[in-house]
Amino acid sequence: MKESKISIRNLNLFYSEKQALSDISIDIYTKRITAFIGPSGCGKSTFLRVINRMNDLIDNVKITGDVLIDGINIYEKNLDVVNLRKRIGMVFQKANLFPKSIYDNLVFGPRINGIKDRKVLDEIAEKTLNQAALWDEVKDRLHEPALSLSGGQQQRLCIARALAVEPQIILMDEPASALDPLSTSKIEDLIFELKKNYTIVIVTHNMQQAARVSDFTAFFYLGKLIEYDKTTNIFTNPSLKQTEDYITGRFG
Amino acid sequence: MSELQLKKKDITGFIFINLTRLLFLFLLAVLALVLAKIIIEGIGIISPEFIFSSPKNNMTEGGIFPAIFGTVAVTFIMILLSLPLGVSSAIYLNEYAKDTFFTRIIRTAVNNLAGVPSIVFGLFGLGFFILFLGRKMDEVLQTGLLFGQPAIIWASATLAVLVLPIIIVSTLEALNSVPKSHRDASYGLGATKWQTIKNVVLPQARPGILTGTILAISRGAGETAPVLFLGAAFFLPNLPVVDLCIGNYCIPMINPGEQFMYLAYHIFILATQSSNPTKTLPIQYGSTLVLITLTFLLNITAIIFRYRFRKILGRL
Repeated sequence: MKESKISIRNLNLFYSEKQALSDISIDIYTKRITAFIGPSGCGKSTFLRVINRMNDLIDNVKITGDVLIDGINIYEKNLDVVNLRKRIGMVFQKANLFPKSIYDNLVFGPRINGIKDRKVLDEIAEKTLNQAALWDEVKDRLHEPALSLSGGQQQRLCIARALAVEPQIILMDEPASALDPLSTSKIEDLIFELKKNYTIVIVTHNMQQAARVSDFTAFFYLGKLIEYDKTTNIFTNPSLKQTEDYITGRFG
Repeated sequence: MSELQLKKKDITGFIFINLTRLLFLFLLAVLALVLAKIIIEGIGIISPEFIFSSPKNNMTEGGIFPAIFGTVAVTFIMILLSLPLGVSSAIYLNEYAKDTFFTRIIRTAVNNLAGVPSIVFGLFGLGFFILFLGRKMDEVLQTGLLFGQPAIIWASATLAVLVLPIIIVSTLEALNSVPKSHRDASYGLGATKWQTIKNVVLPQARPGILTGTILAISRGAGETAPVLFLGAAFFLPNLPVVDLCIGNYCIPMINPGEQFMYLAYHIFILATQSSNPTKTLPIQYGSTLVLITLTFLLNITAIIFRYRFRKILGRL
C-alpha cells in the first residue's frame, strides 16, 4: 500500500563552495502528504526545488546523489527537464499569477503543451477550477484579470493552474504563509482533498499546519535531514531531542 | 545654546532650499522663454499650405513638406533596422548571457555608446556605410556608383546605430522588471526558456520596449550632425519616392537609395546658408515649431506608456 514515489539518496547541494544540503536520503510516498519543517534557512525550500530541478535555473549550483521518481533518475544527463516539470506541479509562497485573465492563467500550461482547441481548454479550465474548489466563485468572471481576485483565491488559482498540466506530484512552498486564517483553512482543505490523486510535498513554517494536513513529516536543520517519520510520531513522540525542541518552540 | 544652533541650521537649510528653488525657476524661465519665442514667431506661418507644400523661390517661400516627409522616412527605416537588433540584443544580454567579465564590458560599452557625440556617428556612417560598405558593394555587384553615395538607407543605418543604446537600455530595464516569480511560475508549469520569454516576459516588457522605441524616434528625428554627411540635401525638387509595381498595381514607396530633406537639417541650412535671412526667418521658426511639436508629441506618448506600465507593475 505504501509505495515510494520519490526516492532520494545521499543528496548534496552546493551553492558555489557553500554546502546547502548534506547527505539527504528520503522516500516520499505515493498519494500521501509529506511536510518539510525546519527553521528559516535550513534548506527545506532548496530541497523542494531539487525535486523538479528548479535549482537548474540558478548559476553555480552543484548537486550530487540520486533523485529517483518512479525509479527514473531525474538528474540523468539526457533527461528532458521540461517534461519532468510538466509531471510535477509547483505552488509558490506568494501567489504568482500572470497579469492575464483568470482563464489565460489556467490554460497557460496546456497551451504551451500545444493544446489549441478551445473546447478542450474550456473543459480543462472548468475541471481544474472545480478541483481547486474555485469554480463557483469565479465561473462568471473567467475573463477578468486574475489579479483582481483576493489573496486566498489567487493562491487557489495557482493550485488550479498547476493541476491543469495533469501532474502526479505537487510541490508547495509555504503556500499559505501570506494568507489569513480563513483562506489558509480553505487551502488546507484543498490540499487534503488533492491527496486522493496526487503525491504532495509541502514546505511549511506553521507547525500546526504540518500536524493538521500531513501524513509524514521531515524535520530539517542546517541542511541536514534530522528526523523523518509519520506525522503523528513526530508530533507526539519524536525520537530526537532536537526535533522535540523545535516542534515545542524551544528554538527556531 | 542648543536652540540657537538649531536655528542656525534652519537658516542654511532655508537658504539652500530657496536657492535650489530659484535655480529651478530660472531654468524653467529660460525654457519657457525659448518655447514662447518659437511659438509666437512660428505659429503665424503654420498653415496647411506650409505643412503640405514644397519650398519655393530659393527657400524664401513655400512650405516644408519634403523635409517632414524625409524625416519620417529616415526615422521609419531607422526603427525598422534598430528595433529588431536592439530588442534581440537586450533579450540575449538579459536572458541568455551569463554574467561574465565579457558581458559586463558589453553592457558598459552600450551605456557609453549613448554618450558619444552624434557628429562622431556621422563620420562613422560616412566612413563605414558609404565609403567602405557601399563602395565594396558597388565593386562586388559591378553597379558603378550606386551604393557608395549618400542615401536614405545609410542615414537610417547610422541613426539606427545612434539610437541602438537607447533601445537596448530601455529593453533591458523592461525585461529586468518582470518579476522572477513569474518566470518561476512559467518554468514550474513546464515551459521552456523560449516559451517563458515569449509568453510571460515579453508581453510584460512590451510597454517598456515601446517607450524606448518612441524616445529613440524622437532622438533620431532631432539629430542634425549625423545626416549632414549622409544624404541630407539642401533642396530636392522631388520626394524620394519610387513606384513599386506588381503587374499594373503600383504603390509609391520610400526610395532608400535617394537623398532626402530633413527637418533638423533644414533648420540648420535656413539659419546658416540662406540667401535672404530676413525672408527665411519666419520659415525657420515655423520649421522649428513643427519639429519641436513632433518630438514633444512622441515624448508625451512615451510618458503615457511608461505611466501605464508602472501602473500594471504596481498591482503585482
